[in-house]
Amino acid sequence: MNTIENIKKIIIEKPLKLDCGKTISNYPMAYETYGKLNEKKDNAILAFHALSGDQFVTGTNPITNKSGWWSYLVGPNKAVDTNKFFVICANVIGGCMGSYGPSSVDLKTNKRLGTNFPVITINDMVNAQYNLLDFFKIEKLFSVMGGSMGGMQVLQFVANYPKKTKTAIPIACTASHSAQNIALNELGRQAIMADSNWKKGDYLNLENSPDKGLSVARMAAHITYLSQKGLQEKFGRKLQERDDLKFSFDADFQIESYLRHQGSAFVDRFDANSYLYITRAMDYFDLIKQYKGNLSHAFKDSKVKFFIISFTSDWLYPTAENKEIVIALNAAGADVGFIEITSDKGHDSFLLDVPDFLKSIKNFLEANY
Amino acid sequence: MKKEFQIISELIEENKRVLDVGCGDGILMKHLKDNKNVDTRGLEISKENVQICISKGLSVIEGNAEKDLQQFPNLSFDYVILSQTLQAFYNPEKVIEDLLRVANKAIVTIPNFGYWKVRLHLFFKGTMPITKHLPNEWYNTPNLHMCTIKDFVNFCKKKNINLFKSLALHEEKVSNISLKNLNFKNLLSELGIFLIEK
Repeated sequence: MNTIENIKKIIIEKPLKLDCGKTISNYPMAYETYGKLNEKKDNAILAFHALSGDQFVTGTNPITNKSGWWSYLVGPNKAVDTNKFFVICANVIGGCMGSYGPSSVDLKTNKRLGTNFPVITINDMVNAQYNLLDFFKIEKLFSVMGGSMGGMQVLQFVANYPKKTKTAIPIACTASHSAQNIALNELGRQAIMADSNWKKGDYLNLENSPDKGLSVARMAAHITYLSQKGLQEKFGRKLQERDDLKFSFDADFQIESYLRHQGSAFVDRFDANSYLYITRAMDYFDLIKQYKGNLSHAFKDSKVKFFIISFTSDWLYPTAENKEIVIALNAAGADVGFIEITSDKGHDSFLLDVPDFLKSIKNFLEANY
Repeated sequence: MKKEFQIISELIEENKRVLDVGCGDGILMKHLKDNKNVDTRGLEISKENVQICISKGLSVIEGNAEKDLQQFPNLSFDYVILSQTLQAFYNPEKVIEDLLRVANKAIVTIPNFGYWKVRLHLFFKGTMPITKHLPNEWYNTPNLHMCTIKDFVNFCKKKNINLFKSLALHEEKVSNISLKNLNFKNLLSELGIFLIEK
């Protein structure tokens, strides 16, 4: 049986002081790997997942039975070729796919932690995942890569551990979460907390979960992952299995039906409290503030080779925000390449079959390995 | 590699830091990196060329020199290269200023509008010249500010820019440009190659 209890996990004994001040230790971290670590241990890539992702990067996710979130990019003979590279991905702390999070059981009370779980940050997530290097006895990674929140983790990783990776690929991300993105995350959180089943986060110890709230949060977020043009081309005003409008509040339009499906499918695999915690971590992310207003100090004397990628139709993490990272890297004299990929698929482009994107990653990895 | 790039490469010492503005498909950058252990960066406007550069392992940023040069700190490079693109900028004067802010020395090459074939074309045909170095029609050329070798030399004088080295290229042959032979070189050369410093 593929249950959440028998996915791969390490227990991290080493205490980790969180940004909120609390210290955690002996906590589980769920992970998955693809490909083989070579003898020199110089072919490892640490992939960081985004808000709704997990450690199952490619192949079939054993819990959801769906394709891994980066199946287009990672796998045998793909852009990140697992015949060549050893890809590691862990579920972030705060997540709900086996790592320490709000759905973990508090051993003292034998109840689910819920909102007793500490508020975590991107920095905490990265510091927790750093333990994987010790676990696999990897001195230096070949690359760290990730999109969206995964990209933020890439930036934080390089800032924290500049000597621990040869290359870094932050994709469609930002160094400082914008007001618009905080606003959109807050919308999602309020939808969850407004659901009467949320019960101040204690729902896992009770009968019902705030499925409606989480579903609305996902629907709203999903719109932000697409583009106006992409939506119009895919759905337009097409009707859902009907010839005309029904003069009701059913899903008349295909886009409505699509979003409702996205919402309800998400509820089956994601924990509402994790959604609160992870979006909070994204909102708190401000690498510029961490380095006292000067982002380039985050990359001072860095020998890491960076490749930054943005997408033309991404309005959630627009090119301008990605370019700020490029500018800071140049100001620090770091080694950086940058490309903006043309795509109508919005922020989601980094997860989809966008040939120019896949090609750019393949070329970068192969040219530098 | 074309002669122009060979000459540029000879002007750059080993182990330097070089920014190639408008680096194209990265041929010159790769040559400098492989043969002179130069630490190279590129700035290139075409996505296609950026992809090619990335596949060669070169660190190239997609961008436009007029907007994106400003992100580089003062004197962050030893050399900055601008090959045959000065004439395509809205404000070449500002670009030259920026080049000499970013690096100690700049290598600028220009297609010479004073070349005799260009002059004859305009004189006899009465239409905008089309040559090897100026292949486009007036209506689809990216070139906004054509100049001659003499124009560029005068510009440097006016702006107190030191012409460290001035070379003329004609049919694969390279020669020095001096004040004495300036009019002559301006007539007989297809390309001017200048090493300038502030």
